[in-house]
Amino acid sequence: MLTIEREVRDAIVAHARRDHPDEACGVVAGPVGSDRPARFIPMRNAAQSPTFYEFDSVDLLRLYQEMDDRDEEPVVIYHSHTATEAYPSRTDIGLAQEPGAHYVLVSTADGAHEGDDPIELRSYRIVDGEVTEEDVTVVSSYAEAG
Amino acid sequence: MAIEVRVPTILRTYTGGQKAVTGQGGTLAQLIDDVETNNPGVKERLVDESGLRRFVNVYVNDEDVRFTGGLDTEVSDGDTVVILPAVAGG
Repeated sequence: MLTIEREVRDAIVAHARRDHPDEACGVVAGPVGSDRPARFIPMRNAAQSPTFYEFDSVDLLRLYQEMDDRDEEPVVIYHSHTATEAYPSRTDIGLAQEPGAHYVLVSTADGAHEGDDPIELRSYRIVDGEVTEEDVTVVSSYAEAG
Repeated sequence: MAIEVRVPTILRTYTGGQKAVTGQGGTLAQLIDDVETNNPGVKERLVDESGLRRFVNVYVNDEDVRFTGGLDTEVSDGDTVVILPAVAGG
């Protein structure tokens, strides 16, 4: 299960809307072992593509060094699909290399990026090529979640 | 001679859970071979027939080795090598 603050969820969705028609991507970091996605970090999609995303390699190093300095890990790795549903593609599954992360997907297909309609945010664990969807619980603050 | 190699979570199964190992060599290729002798299986995750695998990033002293000669990148005592899987998808 993924527990996520409303503010963080909204930030992910806003990022996906903003970057459409390219895939948006980023990380939400949290204290190691906490499973709490606390710090929203939108990343640049170096591929600048509607069908692919990749963190720039220099950005990636800086991100991991910063998380390491702060005793954080990538609790959520998110990206958007711009023309398909918010479900991991074969490419997503093949390239998932953070077994501890919640892989979050958002879809901006079918004009979803334009309106005020709620955009679906779904979360998955991807371990050894296996995808398991999980429930997403949105809370107003982590303090409330306990 | 000691070169520190920082290993990402997904490769720690080959290093007995260690976050960093030490190795030696004059080039990245030699260093990887040396690390492989003590941590079998790690090389295959880093290297294929064409060289460094596409979705693995390796940095020597914070420089992405794709810009410094890939596997021919020179390394020396005291250097720090960081391995990070790409964060990518479609």
